[in-house]
Amino acid sequence: MSLLPPPERERLRSQYPEVFARPASARLATPAMISGAAAIFLFGLVDLDFSPARLVAGFHQLGWITMMMIPPDPGSSLPAYLVALGETLSIALLGTTIGALVALPVSLLAARNIVPSGIFRFPVRRFLDSIRGVDTLIWALVWINVVGLGPFAGVLAIAVSDFGAFGKLFSEAIETADRKQVEGIRASGGSALHEIRFGLMPQVLPVIAGQVLYFIESNTRSATIIGIVGAGGIGLQLAEQIRVLEWQKVSFLILMILVAVAAIDWISSKLRFAIIGRRAVA
Amino acid sequence: MTVAVPLLPSQQLAALNDAYRAAMMRKRIRFTVASAIFAAALTIAAIGAEVNLKTFFTYLGNFASYFDRILTLEDGTRVWTNVGEWFWGWRKWLALLGETILISYVGTLAGAILAFALNFLAAENTSPAPWLRFTVKRLMEFCRTVPDIVFALIFVIAFGLGPMAGVLAIMIHSVGALGKLYSEIVENIDMKPVEGVRSTGASWVSCMRFAVVPQVAAGFASYTLLRFEINVRGASVMGFVGAGGIGQELVVAIRKFYYSDVSAILLMIVVTVFVIDIGTGWVRGRLFGKDARA
Repeated sequence: MSLLPPPERERLRSQYPEVFARPASARLATPAMISGAAAIFLFGLVDLDFSPARLVAGFHQLGWITMMMIPPDPGSSLPAYLVALGETLSIALLGTTIGALVALPVSLLAARNIVPSGIFRFPVRRFLDSIRGVDTLIWALVWINVVGLGPFAGVLAIAVSDFGAFGKLFSEAIETADRKQVEGIRASGGSALHEIRFGLMPQVLPVIAGQVLYFIESNTRSATIIGIVGAGGIGLQLAEQIRVLEWQKVSFLILMILVAVAAIDWISSKLRFAIIGRRAVA
Repeated sequence: MTVAVPLLPSQQLAALNDAYRAAMMRKRIRFTVASAIFAAALTIAAIGAEVNLKTFFTYLGNFASYFDRILTLEDGTRVWTNVGEWFWGWRKWLALLGETILISYVGTLAGAILAFALNFLAAENTSPAPWLRFTVKRLMEFCRTVPDIVFALIFVIAFGLGPMAGVLAIMIHSVGALGKLYSEIVENIDMKPVEGVRSTGASWVSCMRFAVVPQVAAGFASYTLLRFEINVRGASVMGFVGAGGIGQELVVAIRKFYYSDVSAILLMIVVTVFVIDIGTGWVRGRLFGKDARA
């Protein structure tokens, strides 16, 4: 590769000064950001008690645990695990359905094209945001205090945290709906409720159905873990077996969860395609 | 204004009407069958999940009164009348919240670095060998399907109680989630620069470094920030299983019925999550323009 002759280089340099001499702030920004991020990372490692000795000992231990997990073996508790898995799937299905049913009317209140006044909309939106800011596990703990230990608390926990998420998603779906059909209903003398029922709902329902199915899928994952705090399902078995160090049962339970999640994924993607067509799956 | 609408001859009209009715009938039957199946599934689920409406309505009052109780101080006054008493432990809680954020930061960054190293092997257009791609993809799938809190439970036993287990759990989960998103970005790049670099005789690593990374860096950073946001939420409950952060305090407060503490800690978590959401949204907007915010 040959360089340009020096006078030509000088001419280019004077003609395009901004290409050759980038300001110091632009040149230093990336290294400064990287070293800042690295400094926080190192501080974090120190502050969180990371030490090579602990890491080595831990990985050694982890290696042993992995060895003991093979082969996965449910022992004699396979029927109990299958029941627990059924419970988990029930929790996901019921919790999502209840959350969606309750969220639908509330999401109308949070949509700009239904409630134009910001004074009403704002508190509804913040309310939904704060429900979403609290993790499902925390809701499970709260519901355990209210209805006692067991899967029912799990259903309610999933329902509440989905209510927050659905309220936001549904109201966004409603806001992007086409205005013309609503105007058509109004022009033919329909009331406000008619506008929602015949103008909005036919547009919005397929989108909502897709989202609900997707959530049933992702809640199967959440429902596996709320058992850890005592809200029923397969998580309860898993946490127990980990505590008593029955590693073969642990690995069997993890495998069961993986298979169940994959099966639900498959079913729900088939259903989604059937409801809203292949292209609309976001 | 009256306009005469021309009607079709009645024979043609009847045929169209019949077709319409038949189509509507099919639709209704399908809808009814689908609802019946769904209702049956719900009923089975309700039996499986031991749903008891009687318990629910008996104790529904408890749910409302629970919020009443967590908003009441021990001397019976409302929490906001005496903020100093409500947030009596704010020093300790703030320190734990800082630890929570640090856990998610270190976990996200370590996960992002590993995902960065692995994703080029998993992307269809850059992977050096099909068997390697298959292995890495399955590994990532495993990492993201097992919930992070399950990893935390196991790591607490292997590495001992404390934030280290939480960091590692979040790291593993982030490797799986980010690796998938990263490799999807890589699969969508323009391959011409890669061919250009390869034609100069560059190695695989140089191809990635000079042709792929410049195209994908912005997308990677955006997804990493999103993941950080999600991981802050995840880290707030890591303490439930003893893996560090604010969760430990919260679970103790809930289980031991320290009502006003529950509301104080919950409020702090919600505010932190808001601030992180808005902060990362702002950074993404600054770095990559407005459309990257969605």
